[in-house]
Amino acid sequence: MGKGRGLLGALGLVSLVGLSLAQGEVKVGVLHSLTGTMAISEVTVKNATLLAIEEINARGGVLGRKLLPVVEDGASDPATFAQKAQKLIQQDKVATVFGGWTSASRKAMLPVFERLGNLLWYPVQFEGNECSPNIMYTGAQPNQQILPALDWALEKGYKKFFLVGSDYVFPRTANLILKRHIEARKGVLSGEEYVPLGGTDFSSVVNKIRAARPDVVFNTINGDSNVAFFKQMAAAGLTPDKLPVMSFSIAEQEAKAIGPSLLKGSYAAWNYFMSLETPENRTFVKAYQTKYGPNELITDPMAHGYANVYLWKAAVEKAQSFDPNAVRKAAVLMGWVSTPLGRVRFAENQSLYQAVYIGELQGNAQFKILWSTKEPVKPEPYDPLAFPGKTCKLH
Amino acid sequence: MGEAALWIGQVFNGLSVGSILIMTALGLAFSFGLMRVINMAHGEFLMLGGYLAFLIQQGMPSPYSPLLTLPLAFLSGALVGWLLESGLVRFLYGRPAETLLATWGISLVLQQAARDLFGPSGVEVTSPSWLAGALEIRGGALDGLGLPYVRFFVASLALLVLGLLGALLRWTRIGLHIRAVSQNREMAAALGIHTRAVDGFVFALGSGLAGLGGAALAFLAPVTPTVGQSYIVDAFLVVILGGLGSLGGTVVAGLLVGLASALLQALTSVSLAKVLLLLLVVLTLQVRPRGLVSLRSRALEEV
Repeated sequence: MGKGRGLLGALGLVSLVGLSLAQGEVKVGVLHSLTGTMAISEVTVKNATLLAIEEINARGGVLGRKLLPVVEDGASDPATFAQKAQKLIQQDKVATVFGGWTSASRKAMLPVFERLGNLLWYPVQFEGNECSPNIMYTGAQPNQQILPALDWALEKGYKKFFLVGSDYVFPRTANLILKRHIEARKGVLSGEEYVPLGGTDFSSVVNKIRAARPDVVFNTINGDSNVAFFKQMAAAGLTPDKLPVMSFSIAEQEAKAIGPSLLKGSYAAWNYFMSLETPENRTFVKAYQTKYGPNELITDPMAHGYANVYLWKAAVEKAQSFDPNAVRKAAVLMGWVSTPLGRVRFAENQSLYQAVYIGELQGNAQFKILWSTKEPVKPEPYDPLAFPGKTCKLH
Repeated sequence: MGEAALWIGQVFNGLSVGSILIMTALGLAFSFGLMRVINMAHGEFLMLGGYLAFLIQQGMPSPYSPLLTLPLAFLSGALVGWLLESGLVRFLYGRPAETLLATWGISLVLQQAARDLFGPSGVEVTSPSWLAGALEIRGGALDGLGLPYVRFFVASLALLVLGLLGALLRWTRIGLHIRAVSQNREMAAALGIHTRAVDGFVFALGSGLAGLGGAALAFLAPVTPTVGQSYIVDAFLVVILGGLGSLGGTVVAGLLVGLASALLQALTSVSLAKVLLLLLVVLTLQVRPRGLVSLRSRALEEV
């Protein structure tokens, strides 16, 4: 019996070696917007993903095979994302794909991955309310970003909340969840406003905020509109020290582009800040800046994009196979992995257990970490108050 | 903060947004009124003024640099406008579709140039300290009302521009020529007015106004390669509502659109207000198809 197993193992090893000698490399897809409006955010995630692939190759690859990244441009267009995903899977025969940023691009790619039975590693915080066996959701679920921020604010004594956001799926869903929880926790919702994506006139919103006199503003505005919002708030005398603002789409890079002087003292909630003082993060920051330049900033989605490659590697090694179905099953069984984000592991809904940090923005576009959850938070794609009765059970 | 304060605040916001609209729409109305040119690159002159404000602030970080920025933004907008007119647009007079396409192409080129020079995300222009803060009212019926100084500044700039423009048209020789050309181009030419020079001057003037508007806007909103696009649609709306080419109509329509959108935003939401505003404009044009102030040959005199 024992002898037989040894023989089988030896055979397996021989076939594995044979495979790696025959093919040598395994292709993985990297699919982000390299052009168009989202390029500013997604190019850096692509860079972080390629850094991880390079590091893994330098240490011998995965199961003895080097990774060959196939980089494709989603061009900030959901339909292009779907096409390129199909191309990567069918034509390039990639083992898996790392990519996506906007919810629109993810929702466009989802049917492709389900139909062709491949696996997407998605690195960005999002609104939840989705659950697919063919996506590994490593960015924050709502209960890993916006709800901890609400708890922290209530703990600080803020009772009256004002919600502002861009008018699309993430802010609308996030605020729906926030409203249910503000209600349940006896907080007061003093107003809720949406501005079209890219809008720059916040005069009415600022006036309504003044009239409502909230204790804190929760901000899910995206992109350059944030500049107009913070400028017009400051012009009306509502600077972050007088009326605190908690933002969910402003990380280090955005803060630098908006102007740290405008944002100084305002808050953000993420699963990662560049200023995290852990050995894993210091190594990551150093490696990234060595490769891409000493002044480069690193954000939460970049850290997730980098960690995703290592998580995939760990899952492949646990499964001893590159087969997407075997990999996703192994991923939820493999336990804790240490990353620049801290200790993380997959839950049965293919999202990550991860810690949440609240940071205060400093003048140098870095966040001072004020608070963090004691333990990694269990991911919950369907908020029980906002989406009662819906659950995500994939394994 | 009571109801009264909220509404007075919104009226103030409406006038301030209206004054920005007027500054961006005047140049469009100007070149349409005189030359029947729809300048799709007009928004990019705004962008130019914004980036210039940024460059001057970087090079000369004094609280009074905006005072230098404004005339420079006007002059550089005017210069680029004059180059565009004499290098391209003047060959296309009388061919509206070609002008539309050519100026649209120019606007794409300018946007990409800005993206290459300054990066795809916006740059920040900080308001000088003397423009920071707001006139705040404490106590009484208007408790909690806050009127930002920077909006007073932009509104007074618009007023100043309107005054100067009126004076230019009424009391100067070039103003007389502009009025003559807009009333009857052939007659004016026959009387010895150099209509080509007048066209170039007016196009440059309109572009300069956009540059000036862009520099003022930089205190309120981000300066990005696509900043022009976000204002150009509203500016076209104002020009059409006011009556194509009518300067007086542009002023009235700018104020009306600003006020209506601010009041609608207070009653509903920002997104819904945009839809309602468009609906209102469409309905108005049903009743007055040629705009609030319909174009007559003497339209330019109404300023």
